[in-house]
Amino acid sequence: MSAVTETTYTPETSVGRITNFVDERVGGSGILREFGRKVFPDHWSFMFGEVALYSFVILLLSGTFLTFFFDPSMAETHYNGSFVPLKGVEMSVAYNSSLNISFDIRGGLFMRQVHHWAALLFVASVSVHMLRVFFTGAFRKPREMNWVVGGVLVILSMAAGFTGYSLPDDLLSGNGLRIIDGVIKSIPIIGTYISFFLFGGEFPGTHIIGRLFTLHILLIPAVILLMIAIHLFMVVVHKHTQYPGPGRNDHNVVGYPLGPVYAAKAGGFFFIVFGVVAFMAAAFTINPIWNYGPYDPSPVSAGTQPDWYIGWVDGALRLMPGWLFGFPLEWHIPFPWGVNTLTLNVLLPALVPAGIVFTVLFTYPWLERWITRDNREHHVLDRPRNAPTRTAIGMAGFVFYCVLWAAASSDLIATHFFVSLNDVTYWLRGLFFLGPILAFIATKRIALALQRKDREIALHGRETGRIVRLPHGEFIEVHAQLDDYKRYKLVGFESPEPMPGIPNSKGIVTKSEKRRAALSRFFFEDRVAPATPAELEAGHGHAEHEAIDPANHDAKSISH
Amino acid sequence: MGDHGDGHSEQGAVAKAGQSVAEKFQDPGIPPHRPRLADKDPRAAKRAERQVAILFGISVLGTLLFFWAYFGVRLDQTVATLRLQNLLLGLGTGFAMLGIGTGIVHWAKALMPDHEVSEERHEIRSEADRVAAVKIVDEILDETGIKRRPLIRNTLIGAVALAPLPAIAMFRDLGPLPANALSHTMWKEGTRLVHDPTGTPIKASDVTIGSAFHVIPDGLNEMTEGKLEAKAKAVVLLMRLNPELLHPSAGREDWSHDGIVAYSKICTHVGCPVALYEQQTHHLLCPCHQSTFDLTQECKVIFGPANRPLPQLPIKIDSEGYLVAQSDFHEPVGPSFWERS
Ligand code: HEM
Ligand code: FES
Repeated sequence: MSAVTETTYTPETSVGRITNFVDERVGGSGILREFGRKVFPDHWSFMFGEVALYSFVILLLSGTFLTFFFDPSMAETHYNGSFVPLKGVEMSVAYNSSLNISFDIRGGLFMRQVHHWAALLFVASVSVHMLRVFFTGAFRKPREMNWVVGGVLVILSMAAGFTGYSLPDDLLSGNGLRIIDGVIKSIPIIGTYISFFLFGGEFPGTHIIGRLFTLHILLIPAVILLMIAIHLFMVVVHKHTQYPGPGRNDHNVVGYPLGPVYAAKAGGFFFIVFGVVAFMAAAFTINPIWNYGPYDPSPVSAGTQPDWYIGWVDGALRLMPGWLFGFPLEWHIPFPWGVNTLTLNVLLPALVPAGIVFTVLFTYPWLERWITRDNREHHVLDRPRNAPTRTAIGMAGFVFYCVLWAAASSDLIATHFFVSLNDVTYWLRGLFFLGPILAFIATKRIALALQRKDREIALHGRETGRIVRLPHGEFIEVHAQLDDYKRYKLVGFESPEPMPGIPNSKGIVTKSEKRRAALSRFFFEDRVAPATPAELEAGHGHAEHEAIDPANHDAKSISH
Repeated sequence: MGDHGDGHSEQGAVAKAGQSVAEKFQDPGIPPHRPRLADKDPRAAKRAERQVAILFGISVLGTLLFFWAYFGVRLDQTVATLRLQNLLLGLGTGFAMLGIGTGIVHWAKALMPDHEVSEERHEIRSEADRVAAVKIVDEILDETGIKRRPLIRNTLIGAVALAPLPAIAMFRDLGPLPANALSHTMWKEGTRLVHDPTGTPIKASDVTIGSAFHVIPDGLNEMTEGKLEAKAKAVVLLMRLNPELLHPSAGREDWSHDGIVAYSKICTHVGCPVALYEQQTHHLLCPCHQSTFDLTQECKVIFGPANRPLPQLPIKIDSEGYLVAQSDFHEPVGPSFWERS
């Protein structure tokens, strides 16, 4: 163990000498040997995670710039900056400093806009990335825990966005906080206390911006950073998944080596994301706080929107009626010590939809694992159509989210399409229940239809659009057979069958096993099996069509 | 690292449900590499090289544009120059970044080797490692003796469970206890209703039928401390209707003055200001989640997520004819909370 290594290597150049100096002390050669040529699969849908990472880096850079000028104090001051319409107006120091960043620091407005656009892109890309992982089944063993880390990141990204949105202390952000305060107060027993502790007394108080600032620039980014580190560490441990196709299976990873191609593409992509965010910040105004004025509990304007990722919660608040068929949803419960109030019309929409979404999200990998009793590692992704029930569940969840999200714009929908606001709300209430069911049914049918089409193409080739007339007068379309590689992409998947209840060691099929079997039936009873070589043989041998050789290509044949 | 086409060798090791291996198509392996234009034609490679260099050049120009916009555009206190500078700074940064990004990606795609390669995956946890790890953990636990000395174990658990509690208790001073702060507002008998935000008092004769005023209590503007908190509870909407349209319930008959009524402006849903008054229908609409309150039914909720009517402020006129409050609200204003009875 105690052998002293004597290196005889002497570098020739000065760069070489420095590199060697460092390498001898940290062992960089070993790291480079391990990772320098590591293989990464490539696909456009793998880009969303990268966008999320890069927009987070942009947030760190632009946010740090903003902290040098932003002052999170709620002390009263009178505006004396360059924006004439607000001169002399009483406002908080926080709002004042946000105005100064916009009007008196060169490039300050640009940085605010970069920060805000990057924030919207960050939450969006994290969300779309999550959808990609769900619909391709990338959350399956061994990646279940990384799926959970991702779910935590989605929540953190929304928290980061909301705390940031509140900082400038303008009219809109103050109203957002007021709504949060109202929701917090609806929590039974401790709600009022949480509200008083959070705001340091009555709403709005003089503490909240400072506290949100600490959360926004310290705690939340630090936890996000930690989660990203864990997330990427696990990606390295698991190696990336790959889409099904020729040469790819659960035991290999097919793609480009990290150096140079993959690193160049991924590194270059950072600059592309930054460039796109810069263009958006240049051309599209976001959050023009000077138009809103300082926070004041009295005025509010109609048609204002929260940032997009808050929409679904706001929409849930809108959809819930205060009265249901004449029953009040606020209950005054007589206790021995007096009457207490349970505000279900606020509490339910604030908790239930988010509760459903996140419960399903965090448990889904285990649910599917239990139903399929599948304990194998999966490194080859499912094409969404090849897992019709999962894809349908995902679409049902997505539509559920979208209905709530649309509800947050119910007033804009009404004014834009000249319909009554009440009708929009009634329709959306109906869709809240029906939408996910319809989406489930439609998606499942579409997925099965696509599978059938794949089968058809795998067995009979693609339609070429070329019509030929056979000697006996019949017109047929020439089909071009696929080559082996293309065909394998269409047939190389598993189509599990329902798995009946399995007796345990005592020979009994337990209740929970029966339930599992029922769910397995629900998942897999509608299935399209992948085409087999025997079927392809049989198809070629069809007697009713003469095989003609329309071109010189050997792989073409005619079929019905 | 493997080379292309080795997919064959690894086929079939996984047990696939439903179908036996024989019924499945053979994996043909990674498709053969298709040479790109630049691989076959040196002129195309040269062209790609020039394109990459041009993209990097565009980035340089973008950076220069940024500096020109930063030092060259004079801000003159108008939003127009601000927007112009913002636009140019953004375009400069955008080109600077996109030039580098697209340049590198183009370089990678057109000129760097694009052969797909295959690598074996490795076991995440080998059985040998597991056995060794279990053995180590057993040895460590054995050396601590924690299993043989339950007294140490139990006292440690107790201590560790208690130790974090002070860290929670320390947050006690984040804010005061609510007490009955939510149950009263600035309004009291004789407080004048004044215009928000100017603070001028309102005569009953100023309030014509169909009009709606945004109102705050007299003295609010002069407060130096706790002004926003007071305002957040005390804002009121004042409207005048034909007295026949009001249907006051028992005990509220004298809360209005000649068709003039005052209601809290804080929505009973989650607290937005109820800012929209529809004259024809006598409805008040909250812009946040569209709760609709009917003035002719003492602001009962007729649509939307709110459950309770807006609290009414009893008003009268003083000796000079100005509108004043008879008392505070008779119930807490704004969103519901647990302690509210
Ligand atoms: C983690 C993801 C983050 C998200 C989603 C996010 C989001 C936001 C949003 C939406 C705003 C409002 C911007 C506006 O329109 O003015 C904001 C403001 C702000 N953010 Fe962030 N942010 C993040 C990280 C950071 C970091 C890491 C820092 C600092 C180290 C930071 C510093 C600030 C500051 C100082 C403001 C107030 C500036 C102003 O309003 O003028 N943010 N953030
Ligand atoms: S706050 Fe008024 S409807 Fe929600």
